Amino acid sequence: MKKLLIGTALAAITTAGSAMADGHAISACLITKTDTNPFFVKMREGAEAAAAEAGITLRSYAGQVDGDHETQVAAIETCILDGASGILLTASDTSSIVGAVTQAREAGLLVIALDTPLNPIDAADATFATDNFLAGELIGQWAAATLGDGAASARIAMLDLAVSQPTVGVLRDQGFLQGFGIDLADPNVNGDEDDARIVGNDVTAGNEEGGRKAMENLLAVDPSVNVVYTINEPAAAGAYEALKSIGRENDVLIVSVDGGCPGVQNIADGVIGATAQQYPLQMAALGIQAIAAFAVDGTLPENTEGKDFFDTGVALVTDQPVDGVESISVEEGMALCWG
Amino acid sequence: MSGNSDDYEAALKSPAPETVATFSERKGALAHLQHALHVNPALIPLFVLVVSIILFGLLLGSKFFSPFALTLILQQVQIVGIVAAAQSLVILTAGIDLSVGAIAVLSSVIMGQFTFRYGLPVEVAVAAGLIFGTLIGSVNGWLIAAMKLPPFIVTLGMWQIVLAANFLYSKNATIRSQDIEQQAPLLQFLGTTFNIGADADGRGGATFTYGVIAMVLIFAVLSYILSQTAWGRHVYAVGDDPEAAQLSGVNVKRTIISVYAVTGFICAIAGWALIGRIGSVSPTSGQLLNIESITAVVIGGISLFGGRGSIMGPLFGALIVGVFTLGLRLAGADAQWTFLLIGALIIGAVAVDQWIRKVSA
Repeated sequence: MKKLLIGTALAAITTAGSAMADGHAISACLITKTDTNPFFVKMREGAEAAAAEAGITLRSYAGQVDGDHETQVAAIETCILDGASGILLTASDTSSIVGAVTQAREAGLLVIALDTPLNPIDAADATFATDNFLAGELIGQWAAATLGDGAASARIAMLDLAVSQPTVGVLRDQGFLQGFGIDLADPNVNGDEDDARIVGNDVTAGNEEGGRKAMENLLAVDPSVNVVYTINEPAAAGAYEALKSIGRENDVLIVSVDGGCPGVQNIADGVIGATAQQYPLQMAALGIQAIAAFAVDGTLPENTEGKDFFDTGVALVTDQPVDGVESISVEEGMALCWG
Repeated sequence: MSGNSDDYEAALKSPAPETVATFSERKGALAHLQHALHVNPALIPLFVLVVSIILFGLLLGSKFFSPFALTLILQQVQIVGIVAAAQSLVILTAGIDLSVGAIAVLSSVIMGQFTFRYGLPVEVAVAAGLIFGTLIGSVNGWLIAAMKLPPFIVTLGMWQIVLAANFLYSKNATIRSQDIEQQAPLLQFLGTTFNIGADADGRGGATFTYGVIAMVLIFAVLSYILSQTAWGRHVYAVGDDPEAAQLSGVNVKRTIISVYAVTGFICAIAGWALIGRIGSVSPTSGQLLNIESITAVVIGGISLFGGRGSIMGPLFGALIVGVFTLGLRLAGADAQWTFLLIGALIIGAVAVDQWIRKVSA
């Protein structure tokens, strides 16, 4: 499926090249949440490389901070005026942006949501993203298998993203619990589970500071925590500092999601047990190829079978593989990491 | 003339003054309180702090009222506390500093990058970070005092400039805790912990970090300087009435520049403490420090109009926020309740400040 898409894209690239010669240059826009987060930096690198290869002019826009919705709307309007063929978008506000996205699609642009699905997901022509639920499930299965019999009496701390429960935070959290073997209650809501093994949920804003504070808060609720789910690796690093300050860093299992280079290095150093790695470079490159194909003959990208988006892949990285959960080594993870 | 004075005597003997006297006596009790608060404005935040600790203690029992939980609050507020001390100085001069958090974060990034990117000795890197913070503060002060630009605008601009420089310079790359621990442990110095009354495994008990000690020391030193030195009196005088201060021989320009420079220096110390607290050097941390520090200062009873307030107030203000945050968390309440209550406290604190102001009017 993936090969087929790349094949179409390659075919498109050749045609696009000749179209360029006729003076009908194709242009595309990349709009990210920020241009400082290494994840988006890598995404832009992937898009730039693919665009250069395809002979497409790429314009990049970004919000100033995560959550900067207005700048993204202005960027979409600029892209429409600019006559771009398509937009790759990681939306800060997944529902409010829908109006601007609809406007772009009505103007004939292909809009692909990268990394973050819009709400509703079909507001964009396509979504190229990590399967965040699967990412959570992998680390949940790994944690349960690593604990073995201890899983039945685990004390789990859930370090989530934000109070507003953005989709990505819910998918990873619920995926982890499903993988660990805990009843989800409502799979669209974090923290409504009544399994006694869960000590509590707290929010981290996805950074070290928040990770440390959330971990401290949950340790104050119950100091016997021995499994920690974290939304991403910076939060995991913060949680580790909190555990270290009370001398518990060696008897607690921390799992995370992302696969950034510092995060993967933290697996080698024993800070994080396992992480589910995602591939931003791949997302952006495939997105540009899809825009190229669309510009030539209106081909629309197709979803991965059985999913409502195109899955750009996820892999479990750990140096302690367990039976029944497929994983790659820290060395392989380092070779593929971003940021 | 003498006839007139006789008239006044007669007026005093009339029954009217007696009613006035009883009226002013009723008002007297309240005025007494108003006066007490005017003299010692840190009383209200101290009272709120003690009451909230007692309330949460009654509500949550030993889970909250333990040495572990109470010292955890100190650890959680240390960064905001240090920045609030810096913010207090500026607000005492009737100014405001929106760039405090950005200065703290970029200082911490400089300390980290100078060590890891350029291979400088860690002592030099820390000094460079502290000097950088002081310099940015001085630039703020110069623009405000010499160029006569409003503090809000100057520091709004500086906030953006420093934050953008922070992301550009650091490439938003985190320096990992493990690398710092191995190669430059001095960066994590303020995160060093020590326990009092822990059990055999080193768990529980009161846990302090050098960062917490640093916060308390900064407040103690500033409290002494503000009340016992000429510079301290000048800060209050400039905030209360700059023209009057100028006329009575205070160098207003130099005082304001020095206040912003000291603020920048203290923010850089906060940046250093931040490395100790989160272990790593992370350019994305401390984004809300400006708002959080202003919150602590306002709840701490320092007047936004300048010239009035006790430096200890913001310490209590920061602790009140910390007590509410952890207390409500332990009580299982939604995190939004914390913000709601803090919002109410801010408005309440400013209302009380306006009331106290009337005593001097």
